[in-house]
Amino acid sequence: MTAADAVTAFSLRQVQQIRGDDVHTLRDVDLDIPRGEVVALVGPSGAGKTSLIRLLNRLDSPASGSITYDGSLIETIPVRELRRRVAFVFQAPAMFPGTVAENLAVARDLARAAPNAGAIKIPEPDEALHLAGVDPAFASRDAQSLSGGERQRVSIARALMTGPETLLLDEPTSALDPDVADHIIATVRMLAASMQLTVVMVTHRLEEARAVSTRTVFMEAARVIEAGPTETMFTAPTNERARNFLLRGK
Amino acid sequence: MMLVAPQTASSSVLALSWLDLAFAGALVIVAMAISAWQRLGLARGFAIGAVRAVVQLVAVGYVLTYLIATRRWYLVLLTLLVMLVAATKTATDRQKRGRAKLFVISGTAMLIGAGVTLAYVDVIVLRLHPWYDPQYLIPLFGMIIGNAMNGAALAADRLNSEMELRRGEVEAYLALGASPARASAEAVRRALVAAIMPTLNMLMVVGLVSLPGMMTGQIIGGSSPLTAVRYQIVVVFMLAGAVAMTSVVVALWYRGTFFTAAEQLVSR
Ligand SMILES: Nc1ncnc2c1ncn2[C@@H]1O[C@H](COP(=O)(O)OP(=O)(O)OP(=O)(O)O)[C@@H](O)[C@H]1O
Ligand SMILES: [Mg+2]
Repeated sequence: MTAADAVTAFSLRQVQQIRGDDVHTLRDVDLDIPRGEVVALVGPSGAGKTSLIRLLNRLDSPASGSITYDGSLIETIPVRELRRRVAFVFQAPAMFPGTVAENLAVARDLARAAPNAGAIKIPEPDEALHLAGVDPAFASRDAQSLSGGERQRVSIARALMTGPETLLLDEPTSALDPDVADHIIATVRMLAASMQLTVVMVTHRLEEARAVSTRTVFMEAARVIEAGPTETMFTAPTNERARNFLLRGK
Repeated sequence: MMLVAPQTASSSVLALSWLDLAFAGALVIVAMAISAWQRLGLARGFAIGAVRAVVQLVAVGYVLTYLIATRRWYLVLLTLLVMLVAATKTATDRQKRGRAKLFVISGTAMLIGAGVTLAYVDVIVLRLHPWYDPQYLIPLFGMIIGNAMNGAALAADRLNSEMELRRGEVEAYLALGASPARASAEAVRRALVAAIMPTLNMLMVVGLVSLPGMMTGQIIGGSSPLTAVRYQIVVVFMLAGAVAMTSVVVALWYRGTFFTAAEQLVSR
């Protein structure tokens, strides 16, 4: 492992994805995601943001190109190990049948059964709920009966039960009131800091991206147009389309 | 073989003439008239259906007569195979997704489910001599395969819709590192219940709501009702086993077609 690998969580090279009949959902994607950073993935609807993060825990595979995690090509990591280490929080998360506590137990049992999970530290359910900002009294609630914001938090808590190194979030706040959204964002920021998680978060809200992230990636029309430190991206992006998108209304 | 004439059989059965059948055909004309009156657009279908039923049944009658007369094991097995293929085609024709693969899956599942059941009933329950006695094997297999076919079709159909409905749930499991089997366990369970439930319902009401065709036939044919009932008990138990075996093979094998080797959901 080289020095560069040690600080890089994900590294994508020349990634292409084609769906259905010749729809290019990703084109020539080169991207590095350094370990421990909170990366915001922004861009217009249909840019390929969801497509991109789905590749990172192999919910989909690219047509060509390479993706490494921690210096290893992701195809060489047992897929259940990769998915334990890289958690995915969906835009509209599905709750499993049963209570919130049972949902967390499913994740914990799957994590324990994953390959090479011997030494991982799995939080207690109470701790995971606390970290995700869920009242511990929710443990006995029927998960199917939760509101959108509650589901989002429980699904973050559920993801934490696998003891992940990296958290992928697809528009975790898109369906929520601004108040609830602010809470989720505060949670994500706190998690990244307290658990040294690498976070990749897709978001439509630029102020949210700016508040939470250390790096920002701008995508448009299946390409990564520009990526860099969030402060630079929101003040002086070099690409003109990135500037139009990120500095709109300024 | 038949040196001594059987005491009851044929003697007590009314032989039907073609004229008798023509009288029965009047009932189809009633159905056609209702269709015309209520503008159902089914009159033509009834006419074709009635002709097909006559041709198919008469053809089968001759085939069975020939098989029973010749008693050749390979002809009996060939007939069973033709029945299996026809049932497989019927079970998979309506499916849109992965039909070629599903044909192989359903055919194999029915071969296992119906084949094991038939062999068991042949060798252990009825102890037929010879083992390929067409007079027993073919009617029994007809009933088994018909029910296995419905089980296979229901299992595939329901698994398809459950997997579609539960995409989010299945993917949420996968994303946490669950195996495809774990991720789709609920979908598979529901598909199996849907496939097996009609057979269970049949067990519950047989003899109360309906008199099964075979039993009816045996009684009309002059068998004692108690003999007919014993055969019918064998038949309903047989159907339970065959449907459950066929459905589970279809569900577990078909499940695999919804996932890639990298444990991803196959895209729509
Ligand atoms: N299964 C699919 N088959 C064909 N095209 C698809 C499929 N999934 C996504 N696409 C297309 O790929 C493109 C990128 O989609 P993607 O969901 O990655 O965009 P996005 O940036 O996440 O958009 P949004 O902000 O609206 O969520 C879109 O044009 C979309 O229509
Ligand atoms: Mg999206």
